Amino acid sequence: MKHTVVALVEDRPGVLNRVASLFRRRGFNIDSLAVGTTEEQGISRMTIVVDGGDGIVEQVEKQLYKLIDVVKVSDLTKEEAVIRELVLVKVRCNRDQRRDVLDLVDIFRAQAVDVSPNSMIIQSVADEDRNDALIENLRPFGIRELTRTGRVAMVRGAKTTAVHETESGELQRFHSESGRLPEGELPFVSD
Amino acid sequence: MKMSGADIVLESLKRLGVDVVFGYPGGVVLPLYDRLPAHPEVRHILVRHEQGGGHMAEGYAKASGRLGVALATSGPGATNLVTAIQDAMMDSLPTLFITGNVARNLLGKDGFQEADITGITMPAVKHNYLVMRAEDIAYTFAEGAYIATTGRPGPVHIDIPKDVFIDEAEFVWPEKVSIRGYKPATTGHPGQVKKAAEIIDAAERPIIIGGHGVVLGNAHEELRRFAEKTGIPVLNTLLGLGSIPRDHVLSYGMLGMHGSYEANHAASNADVIIGIGNRMDDRALGRFADFNPTAKLIHIDVDPAEHNKNVTAHVPIVGDVKLVLPQLIEAVRQNSHVDWLHWIDDLRQAHGHSMAIPSGPELSVQYIVRRISEMSPDATVVTGVGQHQMWAAQHMKFTRPHQLVTSGGLGTMGFEVPAALGAQVARPGETVWAICGDGGFQMTLQELATMVDARTPVKMAIMNNGYLGMVRQWQELFYQDNYVSVAMTQPDFLKLADAYGIHAIRVTEKEQVDEAIREAEGHAGPVIVDFQVQAEGNVWPMVPAGAALKETVEAPRDASEVRS
Repeated sequence: MKHTVVALVEDRPGVLNRVASLFRRRGFNIDSLAVGTTEEQGISRMTIVVDGGDGIVEQVEKQLYKLIDVVKVSDLTKEEAVIRELVLVKVRCNRDQRRDVLDLVDIFRAQAVDVSPNSMIIQSVADEDRNDALIENLRPFGIRELTRTGRVAMVRGAKTTAVHETESGELQRFHSESGRLPEGELPFVSD
Repeated sequence: MKMSGADIVLESLKRLGVDVVFGYPGGVVLPLYDRLPAHPEVRHILVRHEQGGGHMAEGYAKASGRLGVALATSGPGATNLVTAIQDAMMDSLPTLFITGNVARNLLGKDGFQEADITGITMPAVKHNYLVMRAEDIAYTFAEGAYIATTGRPGPVHIDIPKDVFIDEAEFVWPEKVSIRGYKPATTGHPGQVKKAAEIIDAAERPIIIGGHGVVLGNAHEELRRFAEKTGIPVLNTLLGLGSIPRDHVLSYGMLGMHGSYEANHAASNADVIIGIGNRMDDRALGRFADFNPTAKLIHIDVDPAEHNKNVTAHVPIVGDVKLVLPQLIEAVRQNSHVDWLHWIDDLRQAHGHSMAIPSGPELSVQYIVRRISEMSPDATVVTGVGQHQMWAAQHMKFTRPHQLVTSGGLGTMGFEVPAALGAQVARPGETVWAICGDGGFQMTLQELATMVDARTPVKMAIMNNGYLGMVRQWQELFYQDNYVSVAMTQPDFLKLADAYGIHAIRVTEKEQVDEAIREAEGHAGPVIVDFQVQAEGNVWPMVPAGAALKETVEAPRDASEVRS
């Protein structure tokens, strides 16, 4: 079963490496992983789709919590949540086929975002099932290029998965900036 | 006041109460070494190989419960620490590993002696840092030491580029450390404690498995009180030995691959199992699926990820064992389990031959370690990995926590000599015995020179059988006596000792053992005792790899052997 795990992490160098390394080392399967900033400065949000039983996902959550840079972990699978993924598909299509492709785009509530004489880029924001169906329907035209962002998700209603502990300025600077190369020229130090 | 990054490092170590660092210099840490003489409160012990320095920090941490610190230069110096870092990770030792790196503008440029050491240690540490500004050093050390020593302890690695040691910054020591992603567990959930107490009160054949967490959490008194109030026998994991005195009436010794017959069968026949600060490791539990599937399992650990990792706990309790045990003691009723204890005692009587000390004239490791334990009951004991380690665990009667220093999880051969040095530094004036394998001894014996320099009078007992004994035992039992690459020609350990200026004794007969132990302990400096033991002894009993605890294989019966 696929689980949607959301991890709120300190936005500092190496955190993605730590999370990816953990999944590799423990043999957890990642279907997709999407990372971006959040409403809280210094906190990034990772949405990880994990394939596995409840026992595996319990271990995923607990092992994630052991990482110092991971602040909060939630499994949205049990929640009512809005789940979305962005897909860009470059599909082969000449003038004669354009109408057929645009009909599909309408049916799947996708968008045509780029057109050239022999191709078109279709954008779709939907859950993976609908995106899968769109892609299957476009396949007969010839898919030249395909990219998917991976799932992002948010719990419906007033409930949030946000971090409640904000940090003071100095601590925030330390936790979000330490480990980064400082700006400006560095003095040359020979070894 | 502004000071250099190097001074901030040393000032931070002083604030943390660190009085000794095991280190090895090199190009990028020279700015730090340059400032060492200005901070005489921090003793630097020059090791002979960084791996040794790492194990010394571990031995220091394990023998004292305090933070152990090792230091190395970039590149090969740093990578040489990795074995010790992973060892400290597996055995949850509060340790701090400091490395230098190339200057910031050379990072990522593959310069001389550059290694991506934070990338390399990432899966082997509790946490690591690459410090890019001198003003971040003090906070990093405060936070790093806090992480290393709290919750489930573990190694923290701090990597510092050369020019950050040179840069100047204000020294600001944080009054407190606050990490929103790290909140170590404290007391247990009252509902879970109540549930556990009900199961314990109703139990007929309960056992306790006392793990390393009891020792690390300093909860040995609480464990004893809990066992005494409930009347429940205590088994120990390898690293849990010493969490209850071995001569306590409720102490039943070690379970697991080389646990006693009665301990393994008690665990297999119990109706309630209370795991306290143990990680349900395969060497302790045998095949997970058949580790007493009908018993109710209560599992107390500060690390929630240990619950349901290997076996499913009916009542997991997340918390610090030192705080959870008093809650449990309060919640359970006074009880005793006389019939159950008799059942285990009867097994012990009937199967005593399985873990007997050979009674014949041969010089056996079992006899030697038992005599060391009897003649020097308070000594700190450091072991390597293999047969001698298991015999020490079986036959030495540990009386206190932090008494046994051994590489449990990673099983690092060569751990013994440097770790014993670290333990001796942590416990000056006390007796430290290193029980060494003749194989492992040669992996790190260059630290003998460090012992002479540092004046650490460790007593090293080399169990010299000319074999990699445990590997030989497996080849005998599971590979039809096909001995491949296990026989070793050993150097003359007495001449070797002489080269280092270390006093040495050779023992070939059983009758010489006591005198050698007395002589070693009476000598003011380090001593090597070359015990030329029987070549092909096997460790019994044994749970073959992948078998269940109830499938414990006993020693072949031999009337001449009696259980002491």
